[in-house]
Amino acid sequence: MNNPTNTPPASAAPSIPAAPQAPAALAADGLGKRYRRDWALRDCTFAVPAGRICGVVGANGAGKSTLLGIAARLLTPTEGELRVFGEPSTTDDLRGRIAYVAQDKPLYPGFTVAETLRLGQELNPAWDQDFAQQIIDQGELRPKAKIGSLSGGQRTRVTLALALGKRPDLLLLDEPMADLDPLARHQLMGTLMAEAAERGTTIVLSSHLLPELDGVIDHLLLVQSGRVRLCGDLEDLLDGHQLLTGPAGTALPTGVLVEQRSTGRRVDVLVRTGEPLDGPWEGGRPSLEELLLGYLRAPLTAPVTAGATAGPAAQAQTTENGIAA
Amino acid sequence: MIEYRIERRSGVSTYQQIVQQTKQALRLGLLQPGDKLPTAREVVELTAINPNTVLKAYRELEREGLVEPRPGLGTFVRRSLARPEAAADGPLRADLVGWVDRAREAGLEREDISALMASVLEQRFDTGVSPATPS
Repeated sequence: MNNPTNTPPASAAPSIPAAPQAPAALAADGLGKRYRRDWALRDCTFAVPAGRICGVVGANGAGKSTLLGIAARLLTPTEGELRVFGEPSTTDDLRGRIAYVAQDKPLYPGFTVAETLRLGQELNPAWDQDFAQQIIDQGELRPKAKIGSLSGGQRTRVTLALALGKRPDLLLLDEPMADLDPLARHQLMGTLMAEAAERGTTIVLSSHLLPELDGVIDHLLLVQSGRVRLCGDLEDLLDGHQLLTGPAGTALPTGVLVEQRSTGRRVDVLVRTGEPLDGPWEGGRPSLEELLLGYLRAPLTAPVTAGATAGPAAQAQTTENGIAA
Repeated sequence: MIEYRIERRSGVSTYQQIVQQTKQALRLGLLQPGDKLPTAREVVELTAINPNTVLKAYRELEREGLVEPRPGLGTFVRRSLARPEAAADGPLRADLVGWVDRAREAGLEREDISALMASVLEQRFDTGVSPATPS
């Protein structure tokens, strides 16, 4: 029989004296995934500590879904390893601790809402029917409505109810909010944050909607062309960058430039250092969106991990030809 | 109980907004010693912000001696920032109301008044002018 009290597995090992650091929710080491001849993900090494709300950001086809798919145990890595709460991602015990919401929200269209929740109950030993029902009720969905008759946003709500009803320790969400109206988005994000506050759930969510992540995430994983470009505590990453404006031609120390854009006589630069720079630079700490846009506009060179010493410079240059002379 | 309103695009960090709004409520007497702040869960459910942000703001308020956590019960107000001189029925407020009315009669908009106020505050507080020496 399964343990009905849903004890976190960490307490199942009392012999370990208060570990200074709980195992990371996700820890990748040289992780790679190849589909036929093309690598979707390569050389990915990063960690997401437990209890974090981590945003996975990147352009279309950057490898975000592949990464989440491996974490969800739906895909097997071609090389390297991904550990989930210290266990290899292929371990069977992890199944009950992870919930995954795929981008296409697969549900049985012929089932009703109530039948879908019933399925969740049958498949998950630690199922919390009240909680799942509460999420359905908040969206005013009829229990007898067929899944096939629901709008995209309503199906998203049912999928999130299924995922949260499982009361997972790790919640993986691939573009969860894309087709929700602003009210439903706010409600469901509030529900997710409340769950994280109450149970310390680790949430890893990918999103194209950069403003949606602001204020929500406290950890960032930026994926670009199948590589991890940035990973770390969000505040540390923001503190470690500056968005500056100065006269064109102003010299920069080597190795700090991430992206630069010339607009006439001025130049805007995103630099990878929190230290003040010599020269007539003005500006300061970037917002999350400014940081992400700067990296997304710049082609990939070396990965940056918060706290680590900077590797070879990411020398990228985008020139904007202003219409005004 | 205080309800926080978070502006995503204000340029002020979320955690600073919580600290400022709490202090504002303490100044205006909307929060009194002994009052309970909402739990992190309650705040994030309504505002959809990261729970660690709320905890960080509460820690900051605790460091300043304004609130104290009581284990298992929540976070409670320790000290008010309300100044009797600034009370709703006090003479200073009445003076200010009179001044704002005059400014409006003179044709100033809300933004004009706000900018003027900010500029005078900056001048009087940041240039070391002491209130005892009227200009």
